[in-house]
Amino acid sequence: MKLDSKIPEGPLAEKWNKHKFSVKLVNPANKRKYDIIVVGTGLAGASAAASLAELGYNVEAFTYHDSPRRAHSIAAQGGINAAKNYQNDGDSIYRLFYDTIKGGDYRAREGNVFRLAEVSVNIIDQCVAQGVPFAREYGGLLSNRSFGGAQVSRTFYARGQTGQQLLLGAYSSLSRQVATGKVKMYTRTEVMDIVLVDGQARGVVTRNLITGKIESHAAHAVLLCTGGYGNVFYLSTNALNCNASATWRAHKKGALFANPCFTQIHPTCIPVSGEYQSKLTLMSESLRNDGRVWVPKKGGDTRRAEDIPEAERDYFLERRYPAFGNLVPRDVASRNAKYVCDEGRGVGDTKLAVYLDFADAIRRDGLNVISAKYGNLFEMYEKITGEDPYKTAMRIYPAVHYTMGGLWVDYNLMTTIPGLYALGEANFSDHGANRLGASALMQGLADGYFVIPYTIGDYLAVMPWDKVSTDRPEFREAEASVHGMVNRLLTIKGEKSPNQIHKELGKIIWDYCGMSRNAEGLKDARQRVRSLQDEFWNNLKMVGTGDELNHTLEKASRVADYLELGELMIVDALNRDESCGGHFREEFQTEDGEALRDDANYAYVAAWAYKGAGKDSELHKEDLVFENVKLTQRSYK
Amino acid sequence: MKLKLRIWRQKDANSKGKLVDYDVDVNSHMSFLEMLDELNEQLVEKGEEPVAFDHDCREGICGTCNLYINGRPHGPVRTTTCQLHMRHFNEGETIVIEPFRAKSFPIVKDLIIDRSSFDRIVQAGGYISVNTGSARDANETLIPKPIADEAFNSAACIACGACVAACKNASAMLFVGAQISKFALLPQGKAERKTRAEKMVAQMDAEGFGACSNIGACSAECPKEISMANIARMNREYFGAKLTSTNL
Ligand SMILES: Cc1cc2nc3c(=O)[nH]c(=O)nc-3n(C[C@H](O)[C@H](O)[C@H](O)COP(=O)(O)OP(=O)(O)OC[C@H]3O[C@@H](n4cnc5c(N)ncnc54)[C@H](O)[C@@H]3O)c2cc1C
Ligand code: SF4
Ligand code: FES
Repeated sequence: MKLDSKIPEGPLAEKWNKHKFSVKLVNPANKRKYDIIVVGTGLAGASAAASLAELGYNVEAFTYHDSPRRAHSIAAQGGINAAKNYQNDGDSIYRLFYDTIKGGDYRAREGNVFRLAEVSVNIIDQCVAQGVPFAREYGGLLSNRSFGGAQVSRTFYARGQTGQQLLLGAYSSLSRQVATGKVKMYTRTEVMDIVLVDGQARGVVTRNLITGKIESHAAHAVLLCTGGYGNVFYLSTNALNCNASATWRAHKKGALFANPCFTQIHPTCIPVSGEYQSKLTLMSESLRNDGRVWVPKKGGDTRRAEDIPEAERDYFLERRYPAFGNLVPRDVASRNAKYVCDEGRGVGDTKLAVYLDFADAIRRDGLNVISAKYGNLFEMYEKITGEDPYKTAMRIYPAVHYTMGGLWVDYNLMTTIPGLYALGEANFSDHGANRLGASALMQGLADGYFVIPYTIGDYLAVMPWDKVSTDRPEFREAEASVHGMVNRLLTIKGEKSPNQIHKELGKIIWDYCGMSRNAEGLKDARQRVRSLQDEFWNNLKMVGTGDELNHTLEKASRVADYLELGELMIVDALNRDESCGGHFREEFQTEDGEALRDDANYAYVAAWAYKGAGKDSELHKEDLVFENVKLTQRSYK
Repeated sequence: MKLKLRIWRQKDANSKGKLVDYDVDVNSHMSFLEMLDELNEQLVEKGEEPVAFDHDCREGICGTCNLYINGRPHGPVRTTTCQLHMRHFNEGETIVIEPFRAKSFPIVKDLIIDRSSFDRIVQAGGYISVNTGSARDANETLIPKPIADEAFNSAACIACGACVAACKNASAMLFVGAQISKFALLPQGKAERKTRAEKMVAQMDAEGFGACSNIGACSAECPKEISMANIARMNREYFGAKLTSTNL
């Protein structure tokens, strides 16, 4: 298959404008003849559903949450980037574009990223008009901060709850369209499969999570806005119900899955405290501005942090990266924490943690200054761990946070299935091998508010208005296969709960396809995941029935997909014989132990095609063309 | 630590429910929901139905979790259920776990309730009518910091429903007051303030939430510290709108 990214010709800065002019339009009076299904109502889905309904399309929106306002986007803390240059500090659309391409370690498309930077400014305008209470200066202007290594202040924020406020903005617009009847909202409804008619996406099969009822819905196009797959790892900073089933099932229906091994590990999370742990909590990256990261010089040191003398401490980031110190990028900070713990120098009960120490900062700036900056974070830490970071060093450890990979989409956000689109974290498009802080919110809203409303018209304009009936055999077959899967799961009479198997999978992926990877480990991991797949289908312990609210069943159905996606992540990591961004292959590093890219052989998007159960996936390459930026090796020495 | 749990079990909306006792032995570092996870794993192991409860982010922000613990919404500490930890309980203690109870929050199963009434109140008017693409430059509207901060305080509501569960009248005034306030405070929200207040209050009444008798239990139990000032502001908006109403 030849992958056509459909990036418009012409100079970078003119591509999107030209494209908007050249796409076909659907006449305003005809828009009401088209039905669009939007799966997911996080930032990407809610913004898309609202915007499309405002244009006049009929939208059916689905979420497994009890309300659209509970999507995982609500938990984003830090902020959202936009090239407004309100601070007059040298920011521009080009600089945001450049930072994103470089931050992504040159594994993203120039055309997409430039468009993202371009529309970023409209997002802020839109959100303010909706009443999003962004932080302000005393004069009443919007306030900005710098974030994630950027040298300019371009991050807009609403205290530590930016995702919440942005989602509530999109949710309010969505609610307005629900009230007009242009959006029909289905809550507590999980999309179980995508339905294709004559090769085009024409609907979905859903399960009502309260009654278990399985139903079909037809439309002219389907948008997947279903978030990322970080929960393959079991423990992550994602909400517990985030899952990969919608995208994975679309993949099995023919949509290619791109760069699954590109996952982001965030360095400052609260460490795991025991086997019972259900999720990991992110602590803002800003803590590294004042906290010093260290471990004891010798392993097995059981003294309390404050009892270990200065000379017996190893400030390993400051030692290895004197120029950047504790502020090295996310992947570098994470990897180094792992190394010192692998050496047996980790701290805390589990020995899988490093110290983040504010004692020096408190001595230097005083308690009040530190408390004004980080008070709420310290409080959150104390709530969870029961320890007071003003008195004793915090313990932190890296955790899975974001997935750059996702369904392959072209410039129009269409997957390789005609009429099936992917938006937000569900697609692979804009972050390459590593995402910059505050750029996921920007991308989700760019896709939903400003890209899809234009690009979907190009597809629909040439599509007949006729509706397809859900009585067609394609829908009946898809329903039967969902019924079949539910029954198959419920009749396995084994010993292990879906949760237990998920936990085991997470451990394999974390150990072998996490912060650093090598060919031998990956091959071994693939075998283990395969045997776990076997075990799942033979030794699963299930309770309850399919005709009621059944969380065990929901979980099992998601774990079935994680087991397959986990294998593809390993296959992808094994294929990519280079290190880039979040993908660190131990065999490919510089003499100083830094990631070593191979632009000659791997400057491509790896898009995988599903070939059937137990069969190897097929690799398709989309070569990345860089016409505007020069590829350089990252170095933080 | 060994604990006795008394948990509300109810098969579905139409069945009768009852409290059922369980003994657990848990680690005091666990969160409250991890304690329930553990109980559920044991129940599944025994082939019994796990206790159904709602949760998602486990960070205190999505508002999904909602348990009534020992007679208080979200339990003994002023936080969300997911942010409550077992170290706030004592060895040997009996913990009673029920769903939030209110006529407008019907029980779905066990500890899960239906809060879609909140969504319908927002659909009635909890928005600023601005279509995508029609906004002007964000910095053209100056909003003094104290006003932006105040609007944020109201907007911090997570729609958990603890205020309703805490109120003996099952009133939703704190929730609705917060939704109305966050727009009423901002210049962008002024144009529609009358219609908004009237429509949202009308929907709140239609959903069957009770009246407010100014006791303040709602605000005292609110994990996001939404203040009673929101209810006062809502009343001002509403009566102001009624006096000069051209709507409804
Ligand atoms: C703790 C944390 C902090 C973060 N902080 C930041 C930050 O400061 N800045 C930043 O830019 N990014 C941040 N991110 C990343 C960012 O929050 C996410 O990438 C982004 O919100 C994803 O939005 P989305 O709309 O794509 O998906 P989500 O918000 O995950 O929404 C997915 C939607 O799909 C629905 N869904 C999924 N599957 C199905 C199905 N099968 N059937 C029906 N519905 C389905 C869900 O119900 C939900 O409505 C953070 C992430 C985490 C974990
Ligand atoms: S006002 Fe407080 S208690 Fe009520 S729903 Fe909002 S956050 Fe929950
Ligand atoms: S689970 Fe999200 S607030 Fe408790």
